[in-house]
Amino acid sequence: MTTKVPSELVSDQVFGRRNLFINGDMQVAQRATSATGQTGTGFHTVDRWEFVASSAGTWDISRSTTVPSGEGFAYSQKLDCTTADSSLDAGNYLIWRQKIEGINLQHLKYGTSSAEKLTLSFWVRSAKTGTYIVEFYNNNSAGIKLQSQSYTISSADTWEKKTITIDGDTALAFQNTTDGELLVYWWLAAGSTYSGGGSLNNSWNSSVANNTRAVGVVNLADSTSNDWYITGVQLEVGADATPFEHLTFDEQSSLCKRYYQQYSGFHAMPMWTYGRSNGSFQFVLEKEMRSQPSASYSGTLGSLNNANYCGIYETDWVTISSITLSPTSHESGNTKMIRIDSAHPTNTFASNNVAVGFYAGDNFLLIFDAEL
Amino acid sequence: MEGVMNITAAKYYKSPNMIGDATTIKATIDGQELSVPMIESNRHYKAILAWVEEGNEIEAAD
Repeated sequence: MTTKVPSELVSDQVFGRRNLFINGDMQVAQRATSATGQTGTGFHTVDRWEFVASSAGTWDISRSTTVPSGEGFAYSQKLDCTTADSSLDAGNYLIWRQKIEGINLQHLKYGTSSAEKLTLSFWVRSAKTGTYIVEFYNNNSAGIKLQSQSYTISSADTWEKKTITIDGDTALAFQNTTDGELLVYWWLAAGSTYSGGGSLNNSWNSSVANNTRAVGVVNLADSTSNDWYITGVQLEVGADATPFEHLTFDEQSSLCKRYYQQYSGFHAMPMWTYGRSNGSFQFVLEKEMRSQPSASYSGTLGSLNNANYCGIYETDWVTISSITLSPTSHESGNTKMIRIDSAHPTNTFASNNVAVGFYAGDNFLLIFDAEL
Repeated sequence: MEGVMNITAAKYYKSPNMIGDATTIKATIDGQELSVPMIESNRHYKAILAWVEEGNEIEAAD
């Protein structure tokens, strides 16, 4: 069946999904909505966006409700400097970034004569005006290429929309992998190792001197009065910035869960004992992940005393020595299921091969991380 | 520009009835204990490989 749409309705329309970024409107924050006192690299709050820092101040990171008026956003990402570093060492940096899988970049036709232009648009606000840098990084294992572009925050504490268009690279493809092949960096501070060159590397180049990657960037870490907000981040094919592609929360959340998932609140999940000192059960993930995830838990092993605990029950709560979340075991290559093993003191269970129950409170988390 | 992960321990892990070589490493990274699959698309495993390159060793499984 074919549905035709009158041309007068679609002459200005762009069809299909446009935004190459996930969670560009900061809707999803599975880990936390705020993280204080951050000095190092990590995925601290909103999904998919990574804070990358090397000795460049201390930061409170949060999902903020300060947003540009009338644009339809509910949240922004906020970085707030709480300890300043007004004199960066050469190798120090402060970056905010997202990596995009190669399998989602093949329609850009990089490495061919038809390589597409890319347009980045975003809303940004800061107490610190001046020059900032965005860098595009093709992470091809045959040899990287990168380019940087500058933007200016003109008015303090005022939302501004920025648009940057770059040419496609006809020489180097994005590899068709599930690894991070296009990395986009928002440089917020950089020591001379990254900013001390004569001019910015502003076209696709290989063999780029590090000190041309962030020439001219402000030092956002130079005062505790500084902050930086961003939302409505979109990267799309073409030379024009179209309106932000608002997805439903469910759509955005589902996209994020390819990279990170966490679970709590288990009631009587059936386990099976191996010998009398080990238990095991298979946990099916809500959504297949990008690759086999690293797995961990947050909480206390024991009886189900409160929401922070997990417990294993046979005829009473049993002592748990450790829990290991084994992403592979028999299911090598499996990105949909996790094996959860428990270890116990000798002869904890009444007998081999009996069913027991796994419980966990609402604050005990099983965590699965397949981020790029 | 990869963020540096602070790895303080790493040990191979095999499930109780598992046949063959270990496919998981229990590692303490940035103060958190993680079960890390031994596949190169996992960023924690990449960091462990780099840590080994620096001369560190992964403990044998129990």
